[in-house]
Amino acid sequence: MLNHTLKLNSKLWNKDVGKESTRVGFGQGLLKAAIKDDNIVGLCADLTGSTKMSFFADKFPERFVQVGVAEQNLASVASGMAAMGKIPFISSFSIFSPGRNWEQIRTTICYNDQPVKIASTHSGLTVGPDGGSHQALEDIALTRVLPNMIVISPCDALEAEKATIAISKVSKPTYLRLTRDKTPIITTEDTPFEIGKANIVFIPEVGLASVGVIATGTILSNVLLAAKLLEKNNNLKIKILNLSTIKPLDSEAVIALAKETKNIVTVEDHQIEGGMGSAVAECLSKNYPTKIKFIGVNNRFGQSGTASELLEHYGMDVQSIMRSILETINN
Amino acid sequence: MESLTKEEIKKLKFQANEIRKSIIKMLYEAGSGHTAGSMGMADIFTLLYFHVLRHDPKNPMWEERDRLILSNGHICPTLYATMAHAGYFPIAELNTLRKFGSRLQGHPHRKFLPYMETSSGPLGSGLSQAIGMALALKMDNREKETIYCIVSDGELDEGQSFEAIMLAAKNKLDNLIVIVDRNNIQISGFTEEVMPLNNLAYKWSSFNWNVFEVDGDNFEELNNSIEQAKEKKGKPSVIIANTIPGAGVSFLENNYHWHGAVPNRKQAEAALVELENNTKNNA
Repeated sequence: MLNHTLKLNSKLWNKDVGKESTRVGFGQGLLKAAIKDDNIVGLCADLTGSTKMSFFADKFPERFVQVGVAEQNLASVASGMAAMGKIPFISSFSIFSPGRNWEQIRTTICYNDQPVKIASTHSGLTVGPDGGSHQALEDIALTRVLPNMIVISPCDALEAEKATIAISKVSKPTYLRLTRDKTPIITTEDTPFEIGKANIVFIPEVGLASVGVIATGTILSNVLLAAKLLEKNNNLKIKILNLSTIKPLDSEAVIALAKETKNIVTVEDHQIEGGMGSAVAECLSKNYPTKIKFIGVNNRFGQSGTASELLEHYGMDVQSIMRSILETINN
Repeated sequence: MESLTKEEIKKLKFQANEIRKSIIKMLYEAGSGHTAGSMGMADIFTLLYFHVLRHDPKNPMWEERDRLILSNGHICPTLYATMAHAGYFPIAELNTLRKFGSRLQGHPHRKFLPYMETSSGPLGSGLSQAIGMALALKMDNREKETIYCIVSDGELDEGQSFEAIMLAAKNKLDNLIVIVDRNNIQISGFTEEVMPLNNLAYKWSSFNWNVFEVDGDNFEELNNSIEQAKEKKGKPSVIIANTIPGAGVSFLENNYHWHGAVPNRKQAEAALVELENNTKNNA
């Protein structure tokens, strides 16, 4: 059952659950943050409409910089603006930022410890028809390896909005991983969000859980649906941790879940190697060695298709997630 | 426009020669580093730190200072030596270059030495950062400060340079002055053989920049071009400074071998004798 203390969306299980994209959540959060803080500036590499930075750019044209299709320049110009006291948000697609401009992010932003916020949309397989060239499945690995960096992958539009506002107030480089498609609204205005704090969103009705699932990003909605079915059909006791901040990792929450369940499953719309599951494995192997089942993209590139076709093909639709969780119990 | 007096030029020449001596000593002590570009840019750094920049070494974080961004970080011995001679930190500290625990990292790291405006080393991103600073000044209607950026000629091989060059012109950043160290060498050879840059003045002007081309060892020409650049409205300015790599020591000059090499003890001693003679000849 849902953890009601978090005041999650009570309509989550309905077929007509409200949907919105995390990029829209980001756009709205940036606008709200910018109204309150004059130091916030926005820079974009010719994707202002697609990344929803347009909400900000339309309202504050004098604080917006259009750099053209030039992601390396995008990152470094933002570093220079941060050096002068600005709080720059840069937006593009994840495949280009941090994909194209990783070294500029490393040297001019992280090495200098400048508070540039890298807000990138169109991450993961759910980009869909654009195909494998545009489906960033490596960006968590690229960013979480960088010292000084905060990495956040929100589970829905509301969490994306809260995360955007929260990171604008923290003087650190940050990567915000966003998606294109409209996905179910899991949280509510009243659900707490804190950078670096993971929340248990699903708990057994009674007793201890026998499997702990850790999910990041919008794929959490499929994980929740799978858990609900497993709870009902298989009487499985499951806990789900929404790990929206991947770095710094909420080790306490991860270790506590491993101690209770002795059985961890990680789920992410990203390569398994180097992603969120790897971060969990690094934590657990040091503190509380636990067998982990990694659900994600297994050393492959994406391809064209609808988001749901692709999630099914790569093993992240509700049925596949259920099967994978059951395998860990039967083994 | 105010020109330099003869007395000022004489003082600057003396100072640049002292900085060159420090560069030779620190590179010999370090045992590795980049000699040619460091020596070749000593005059320009001297002019900037001892005449042009609005700065205060006793109050390095002064909010209204001019900013100088060194993009080609490998010539940091010049930056460090000039800053030490200008009073930012003790000249004795120059001997710690590239050593463990030193504030003078092999390539500049601002976290170690915060008086520098940025960290650099990987080429091609300094100009973008300078543009970010110039844009921030424009947004805040701050008109007193000027942003200076030093880039090397070989560095212009990096495609990011042209992303930056286009953006500065588009945004009419007349508070930005770029100086290109046109010394015609890079690590594996002459620039025109490794990757021909051809006519740099033509290239920059076609991107709608205000362009000057000067002799890098002519203090008067350099200073006049900077003065004119500051007065130019509506366009960023670039000064293509034709410099001599290894300048000041005959056997270091115009030889790309010295891009990434340092003198041994015998060579360092010979270099210091030549530089000492320069001081005497200039007296």
